[in-house]
Amino acid sequence: MGNAVSVQELLFSYPSQNGTPHCVFDGLNVNIEEGSFVAVLGHNGSGKSTFAKQCNAILLPEGGSVQVFGMDTKDEALLLDIRRTVGMVFQNPDNQMVANVVEEDVAFAPENLGVPSEEIRRRVDDALRAVGMYEYRIHAPHLLSGGQKQRIAIAGVIAMQPRCVVLDEPTAMLDPIGREDVMRIVEKLNRENGITVILITHHMTEAIRADRVIVMKEGRILTDGTPKEVFTQVDLLKSAGLDVPATTQIIYELNRQGFDLPLDALSTEECAQALYEQFKVEA
Amino acid sequence: MLKDITLGQYFPGNTVVHRLDPRTKLLMTLLYIVTLFLCKWFVSYGVMLVFLITAVALSRIRPKALLKGLKPLIIIIIFTAVINLFYTEGRVLVEFWIFKITAEGLQNAFFLVLRIMMLVTGTFLLTYTTSPIALTDGLESLLSPLKKIHFPVHELAMMMSIALRFIPTLIEETDKIMSAQKARGADFETGNIFRRAKALIPILVPLFVSAFRRADELATAMECRCYHGGEGRTKLKQLRYHRRDALCLLLGAVLLAGIIVLRHFML
Ligand SMILES: Nc1ncnc2c1ncn2[C@@H]1O[C@H](COP(=O)(O)OP(=O)(O)OP(=O)(O)O)[C@@H](O)[C@H]1O
Ligand SMILES: [Mg+2]
Repeated sequence: MGNAVSVQELLFSYPSQNGTPHCVFDGLNVNIEEGSFVAVLGHNGSGKSTFAKQCNAILLPEGGSVQVFGMDTKDEALLLDIRRTVGMVFQNPDNQMVANVVEEDVAFAPENLGVPSEEIRRRVDDALRAVGMYEYRIHAPHLLSGGQKQRIAIAGVIAMQPRCVVLDEPTAMLDPIGREDVMRIVEKLNRENGITVILITHHMTEAIRADRVIVMKEGRILTDGTPKEVFTQVDLLKSAGLDVPATTQIIYELNRQGFDLPLDALSTEECAQALYEQFKVEA
Repeated sequence: MLKDITLGQYFPGNTVVHRLDPRTKLLMTLLYIVTLFLCKWFVSYGVMLVFLITAVALSRIRPKALLKGLKPLIIIIIFTAVINLFYTEGRVLVEFWIFKITAEGLQNAFFLVLRIMMLVTGTFLLTYTTSPIALTDGLESLLSPLKKIHFPVHELAMMMSIALRFIPTLIEETDKIMSAQKARGADFETGNIFRRAKALIPILVPLFVSAFRRADELATAMECRCYHGGEGRTKLKQLRYHRRDALCLLLGAVLLAGIIVLRHFML
């Protein structure tokens, strides 16, 4: 399988008030495989959102290149094709809703793409069913909960029928129930529909559900690998100002007390099992 | 407190009036206003009143809700009535000090008040029975011939629907900021008008800052969803005229013609 996103020697900086541009990326290289579920972690200001916006040509490289499914983001003729291929969901659901009826909002992208009415109807209904919000189709978005709004935002992207979805801290403003709903939908999109998912997050419990974790620091990739490979590097992560999952933290602390437990027991079940194995013998 | 702003309020329903095409309703409202201004005397007003009452009855909108819309206009209504009452020349009925009330003044004042009230009620009936989305769609469609002379019809409609979308959000935010400032000891209720206006600054500044941030994020989100202006855009719900729309517009034309005839006979 090919790459969904392929970043080569990316240079990018923001203009700043005092004249000297603020450099975010200075030769970034990364490939995201088609069909994978990638979590991107990093401290505030490490360039995660900037990376996300490079993936669908909201921001363009100053040097190097970004290719999505073989399309170069600098090619203006491909702009709409790129944006319909890579959908984007942002942190604040309030600021990404355009219409004041749920179904009209979900229909926004297909309307922009000039899809015929009957086809839009079908896509909207399918997308709303996929996120479990079909019953709310004629509600006003401002009366919904944060989690429900974020599900509508995801439906709005699904209706575009993208091959890749980038989510920039989609759960940051949600309560635990809303977070779990969103995560389940995201996993379903990846597993069942084969959509490539790039999830930017600050929650380690979400990151361990991905196939691959990329940790960024000051516009560079600090470490990259499966969740087990990444989270066992506890000291490295801590030096980057990041947390590790609570399960890893427990085992890490126990190991420092002289125990010898597997650091890569990431899920709660694995961790419980490891602890059980250890203390069963001693009891 | 900010919650009772009735601006653009819509009462969902499934009556004939609700189901009329928004373009028909917009045109009818326009026709109704023009016709109302052509009314001369009791007979014409009576005909219009029958039309209005029938429309309200068909829409099943509670008359109380419509009358509530008149409340903010009471001062204007009273003011115009008083001006007309005292400053119309003609046959004097009562006279005291420098004031005199004439028969013509009485009549003018009465018709003017009636006209304003019918005007407001009629237009409120439009917004009460048409969803804001349908209204903007209708407006966009009606004005689309203006695109030929490069009038930004789509952009205007888009701006209107986004404004409608964000009114509740911004009202909520204003409430939140006000509570936050009150908790810090801000006082919005006492003092003269200047003091109170000054007390609004700590509300308006954060509100504007946040509105600009929202606008920026919304623009990015719209671009991400392939927004590129009105060109080649389709609609989830296509507007379509039905038989009832033709009938309704015909009725409007008959009404206008009828009132013009009545006007001729000074009725
Ligand atoms: N519009 C902008 N103009 C100027 N500088 C910016 C702009 N957006 C971001 N930056 C700067 O670029 C750097 C990377 O920002 P970015 O938003 O990509 O970080 P992030 O990893 O998403 O952080 P967070 O976790 O806070 O969302 C930061 O130092 C930030 O200050
Ligand atoms: Mg960010």
